[in-house]
Amino acid sequence: MQDIPTSHVPHRGKTNLTLKLLMGNEAIAYGAIEAGVQVAAAYPGTPSSEVLSTLAGLAREKGFYAEWSVNEKVALEVAAGAAYAGARSLAAMKQVGLNVASDPLMSLAYIGVKGGLVLVVADDPGPHSSQTEQDTRLFARFAKLPVLDPATPREALEMTKYAFDLSEKLLLPVILRPTTRTCHACQDVEIQDGNASLQPISGFQRSPNWVIFPNLSARKHVWLNGQQEVARDSFESSPFNQLTINKQSDVGIIACGVSYNYVMEALQLTGLAASVLKIGTPYPLPAGPVLKLLQHAKKILVIEEQEPVVEDQVIALAWKNRYTTQISGKNDNHSPREGEFNVNKVRSILESFYGRQPEQAATFTAPELPLRTPVLCAGCSHRASFYILKEAARGKDTLFAGDIGCYTLGAMAPLYTTDTCLCMGASVSIAAGLSRVEPHRKQVAFLGDSTFFHSGIPGLINAVHNGANITLIILDNSTTAMTGHQSHPGLNRTAMGPTDRSIDIARMAEACGVEFVRVADPFDLKTAMQVAKEALAFDGPSVVVMQRACVAQMKKGRRRRINPDLCTGCGACVDELGCPAIGKPAGSPEILDNCFGCGFCDQVCPVGAIEEV
Amino acid sequence: MLKSIDVLMVGVGGQGTILASRVLAQAAQAAGYDIKVSEIHGMAQRGGSVVTQVRLGEKVYSPLIVKGGADVLLAFEKLEALRLLSYLKKDGVLIVNDQAIDPVPVLVGAAEYPPDIPEYLCTTVPGTLVFDATEIAGRCGTAKAANVVLLGAMARRLPIERAIWEKALAERVPAKLLEVNQAAFAAGYELG
Repeated sequence: MQDIPTSHVPHRGKTNLTLKLLMGNEAIAYGAIEAGVQVAAAYPGTPSSEVLSTLAGLAREKGFYAEWSVNEKVALEVAAGAAYAGARSLAAMKQVGLNVASDPLMSLAYIGVKGGLVLVVADDPGPHSSQTEQDTRLFARFAKLPVLDPATPREALEMTKYAFDLSEKLLLPVILRPTTRTCHACQDVEIQDGNASLQPISGFQRSPNWVIFPNLSARKHVWLNGQQEVARDSFESSPFNQLTINKQSDVGIIACGVSYNYVMEALQLTGLAASVLKIGTPYPLPAGPVLKLLQHAKKILVIEEQEPVVEDQVIALAWKNRYTTQISGKNDNHSPREGEFNVNKVRSILESFYGRQPEQAATFTAPELPLRTPVLCAGCSHRASFYILKEAARGKDTLFAGDIGCYTLGAMAPLYTTDTCLCMGASVSIAAGLSRVEPHRKQVAFLGDSTFFHSGIPGLINAVHNGANITLIILDNSTTAMTGHQSHPGLNRTAMGPTDRSIDIARMAEACGVEFVRVADPFDLKTAMQVAKEALAFDGPSVVVMQRACVAQMKKGRRRRINPDLCTGCGACVDELGCPAIGKPAGSPEILDNCFGCGFCDQVCPVGAIEEV
Repeated sequence: MLKSIDVLMVGVGGQGTILASRVLAQAAQAAGYDIKVSEIHGMAQRGGSVVTQVRLGEKVYSPLIVKGGADVLLAFEKLEALRLLSYLKKDGVLIVNDQAIDPVPVLVGAAEYPPDIPEYLCTTVPGTLVFDATEIAGRCGTAKAANVVLLGAMARRLPIERAIWEKALAERVPAKLLEVNQAAFAAGYELG
């Protein structure tokens, strides 16, 4: 790890502001830079990935350190270590990544920090690209940490800067929780053209307060509970909460995070009147602005995506202060706990709350259409690996445990080689569990290279230690493809540039105690098939590393075509592979212009009818 | 007061909707609009349907366009034009690349690519502009510039001056590809 200069701290002088079209995630990165972040660590995951990729791109120029960590737990611990020494640090992840980082997070709330620590956790209501719709604001409350909820990229930048100050004031990590529609929305944002000022680092000072013994936890828990009230007080006059009283209306709407945008637009569209309280600090919820609204409004509607985090606190506040105001939202089923909001959804919630007949916008209707779901790219080596394992296991009752990445698409037709997918790194352990009760079936697990390092290794060690009879196929495409080609420990690059410290996956598997470890090229069908068959026949845990770089990082090969004189029209190339470059829309197979030239279909064709153009 | 304009760009992952949306946003910024652009990253980019939403106005709140709310539907692929048609305003502008990219159900013969999409669209939405942007881009130097041909056609229909568009294009496109993209933009503009 690159050292943080402690004696010589570069001073970043203030300069002009420029207006730049920034994605919310980029705005968070610029906010962190303006706040003088010194260490940033993350594991990629949609919709959070661009926070660290933006930071990494600017780290050398601005004089700070950024890394893609092996997983979210490690990222948070790296950020915590830096913050122990007084540096401003940032960790970023998606909401399910926080589950992985929850162990350090829960304890860190008791221990606290010295330098400001901002934990960016991107939520994905919908969900668009996630296993769950969990609400990080609820997690923040569980961990007893303050959380900020930006409505726009501009606000995300301001909140990031403020979060560092707040973290240092409270001596606690502060969570910034944008959602997809802030992370991946772009807006003109004012950024400082030059460099912000880096705080001098005071350094780590030894103290029993950094060592979490039970008696320290008992004391710190009292302190942590007290800090909730300090945080709440800090939010009382926060510019991120804004109350606009409408004297003509007795309705009050509390709009949280990105939903504020939908509320404002739905009010404009419907012409409905209401006082609006925008909330950007959902936990701990400040009492002042809510009580002001309670004094004015006879009915309150809380609009927030996911869980009733603000609504429940508003109800508690009203109860405590003897208000009998009607408070509506999720508890009385006015708004759903599931799914992403938009203007139309919020509009219909408002119309039903006001008892108004919903207005339907005139729209065109379209006939039912063939779906266009995501598909493994033309030339993707995962397709070859799935085909090989399916063929190698033909005739044997085999289950395929999948994992998180592009290769989850192995579940789709016609490959059907993913029977389970749960969470990062689970495939190997799920297969091991299945093997205990279904020993008559072959158990195959798939893991990507980045996922192997993330959380696959403990499962593999466990399988070896406990003697699980499974075959693990590591789909090594030399990148973290799904989230935008981030580096991982198996590569000769880090977030900040080249390295000569790449870790060999096959040697790693051997070091875990696996006796059968082979490396194969999935595009060499004959050899890879032989290796796969041997692995399946092996008694005990076996590992095959299928090694072939991701097509997105390769140059195209020679395109293929089907020789009509040789083709028997059996359709194996179409029906077995599901490659988007091979089709039979007119009945007989043809290869399309988007062929990558991987040459795998040549080897699958039983009559050798596929040839180079 | 600037009139609000909602533009929905639809296509298939990898067709370059994001670059087109960035040029539009850049031009709109220069023309004084408040802007919100919304994109979807992640798995959908692997050949799935992709939608980029660009909203311009005096003050834009939501990053999302409502059904029946798009002033312009710019389709990089014709099946996607049909799929997202319900987002177009009744008097909205529809511009369609006459290109078919077969989704997997069609490739494997499990579904049919709907025939006569341009005819259907032109009948349903009078004034629909359909042309082969990929072929036009190819004549300008590279088929990859189809997105910029489409952008040029749309540019002519929006209340932003041509010079502003050209400047935005120059700022967003790498210098070595600028000439071919300028030609693609001009060819689209002529059609628009």
